[in-house]
Amino acid sequence: MSDKSHDPNQMTGAAMIVRALIDHGVTDIFGYPGGAVLPIYDEIFQQSEVQHILVRHEQGAGHAAEGYARSTGKPGVALVTSGPGATNMVTPLTDALMDSIPLVCISGQVPTHLIGNDAFQECDTVGITRPCTKHNWLVRDVNDLAKVLHEAFYVATSGRPGPVLVDVPKDVQFATGTYHPPRKSDVHRSYAPRVKGDATQIRKAVALLASAKRPVIYSGGGVINSGPEATKLLRELVEVTGFPITSTLMGLGAYPASGKNWLGMLGMHGTYEANMTMHDCDVMLCVGARFDDRITGRVDAFSPGSKKIHIDIDPSSINKNIRVDVPIIGDCGNVLGDILQVFKAEAKKPDIKSWWQQIAQWRARNSLYYKKSNDVILPQHAIQSLFEATRGKDTYITTEVGQHQMWAAQFYGFEEPHRWMTSGGLGTMGYGLPAAVGVQVAHPDSLVIDIAGDASVQMTMQEMSTAVQYELPIKIFILNNQYMGMVRQWQQLLHGNRLSHSYSEALPDFVKLAEAYGAVGLQVHKPADLDGAIKEMISVKRPVLFDCRVAALENCFPMIPSGKAHNEMLLPEQANDEATAKAFAGGKALV
Amino acid sequence: MNQPASAYFIEDRHDPNETHTLAVLVQNEPGVLARVIGLFSGRGYNIESLTVSETEAQKHLSRITIVTTGTPMVIEQIKHQLDRMIPVYRVVDMTLTRRSIERELAMVKVRGQGEHRVEALRLADAFRARVIDATTESFVFEITGNTDKINQFIDLMRPLGLVEVSRTGVAAIGRGPEGM
Repeated sequence: MSDKSHDPNQMTGAAMIVRALIDHGVTDIFGYPGGAVLPIYDEIFQQSEVQHILVRHEQGAGHAAEGYARSTGKPGVALVTSGPGATNMVTPLTDALMDSIPLVCISGQVPTHLIGNDAFQECDTVGITRPCTKHNWLVRDVNDLAKVLHEAFYVATSGRPGPVLVDVPKDVQFATGTYHPPRKSDVHRSYAPRVKGDATQIRKAVALLASAKRPVIYSGGGVINSGPEATKLLRELVEVTGFPITSTLMGLGAYPASGKNWLGMLGMHGTYEANMTMHDCDVMLCVGARFDDRITGRVDAFSPGSKKIHIDIDPSSINKNIRVDVPIIGDCGNVLGDILQVFKAEAKKPDIKSWWQQIAQWRARNSLYYKKSNDVILPQHAIQSLFEATRGKDTYITTEVGQHQMWAAQFYGFEEPHRWMTSGGLGTMGYGLPAAVGVQVAHPDSLVIDIAGDASVQMTMQEMSTAVQYELPIKIFILNNQYMGMVRQWQQLLHGNRLSHSYSEALPDFVKLAEAYGAVGLQVHKPADLDGAIKEMISVKRPVLFDCRVAALENCFPMIPSGKAHNEMLLPEQANDEATAKAFAGGKALV
Repeated sequence: MNQPASAYFIEDRHDPNETHTLAVLVQNEPGVLARVIGLFSGRGYNIESLTVSETEAQKHLSRITIVTTGTPMVIEQIKHQLDRMIPVYRVVDMTLTRRSIERELAMVKVRGQGEHRVEALRLADAFRARVIDATTESFVFEITGNTDKINQFIDLMRPLGLVEVSRTGVAAIGRGPEGM
């Protein structure tokens, strides 16, 4: 015993947790204290290497950690207590799972001898979070804790990234055991994600690319997750091949929006040219995307004439929704590097001039057209003004979910990866504000803007208090149309214009609300005042709630009606009542 | 063309369902079975039969044998979804190898007297079922074989006074000298 007391690796479970965070380079965590994590909070109190950001609701901690992770490429860390603390984390964990965000959540649990007794603030945390994490652990012995924590960080960040949860009972936090620094043997031998693509498949892919007459590159969030090298290689591949490129919502910024081969985003609210290019192409290269239903539209009419190459690190993404011809399992960056190498050595740029001419005709349809007004602010115009005002600045954008999110994706041009944080897969209203908190913590001197809707932003509004406490000058840019806009749009299109519970009655006065939190409130009604107000918002070095009153009934187009194919898009100028009714016929049952 | 019922609907409806037996080698740790079962229920896959037991105690390895049905695309998905779980070492599709043996054990209780009793015993003998418990008015038979054989035996026992059945589910192993 006396020997052990001098061993620096002998420590309590709570101390191990803080020590492991430091060993994994974690400098900021987001959390909320409670009975079952008090020993950990006690350790946090007695050190200064890990900064703890106190949120106002555990869901906020999760989304903040997600924002932190997506804007840095490092894992985000959240710390919550047992019971309600853990259940409040379910939404961010699921969100991170759907969008492949590396997240490490540490939750407190009731002492081991009380587990299963319906103790105060007890819940089956590992049971509840099993389907919404990449993996999770309940640690019953303090001597397993170091190994589990190291494995948790490895699992969260390697392969297809995702959320993990480590549940630590209170007695394990108090108990003393042996810590060890991260080592390879901490990881399950059964877990070995494949990084390198198969050489034969890569050759097949290059042969297809080289012979393409009507190619398209369709990239996704996997490219951004893979790291800066993958982005560089993707851009080089576009350069070397001269192919047109489109991207999913998650992949925006991997290829610059100002690049000449950029088609805009694809999918349900993607551009006409992107979707038509996908539909009519003869070779499709999908990099780090997963043929999600918002991308494919009607699956049996999805790009019917093309050979498809699919690069993904997760074998279960291959042939899940769409059958592909050349699957390549591996890390996007690694595989893109190999493809480029073979392409440069053995192939030459195919002549696709006539394909580009066709694309130019689709572009000329100007599918993002909207009619500006001098009387009311059009939401699209508000995003464009925001984009112009922040162009060239060190800016990060987060969003909530709904019409404003789609307009942001359509009208804000992203030049770099990691600059765009949005809840894509799960579609979590309330994601953007806490995510902005996390981004601002990671990038204290940057301009962080949450493009929000009046309904979404109220779901996690309490995190304004966090922003004020930590002097995080986040800008909450609310496109306020007094509706749950996307819900209303679907009710108009599919439910006979019966606007059941989609009107935001009794909205708060956002300016006064901002002031109540100790933040700055701005409001603008007139298009003429918009630019000046945005300038003011940017210049204020404090958190801002910006109430941008926009045209109430504007809808988000173009749109692929659900259940329809890419070449059946509804364009804004066609969206009269009759065309809309026809376009949406039969699609009512779909999501 | 048929409109798919939902954009989420991943199955190609024209493909017929197939039955596959999957052998899954996993780390024997708390919750591992819940993970596997949760995957099936969460993603709407079928489980026809499931057998699990620790097979290599010193290495903490368990073997789960699952009989499932689905279109070829869904079966492919199931295997990939299982394989990407952290504690899963290997997933082998025993049906695709075409070189596997499948066995199931059932205990079948039959109650009856007179001619029924004699007939039950006669059939049991034909099926190589053993009597493992007997009273003057009942038998418990133990029968081993593939699923079809056991189904057939149970069907035959039904008119002879079948009381209850307990089955282990399918266990499978590959033929030849190679391990999984």
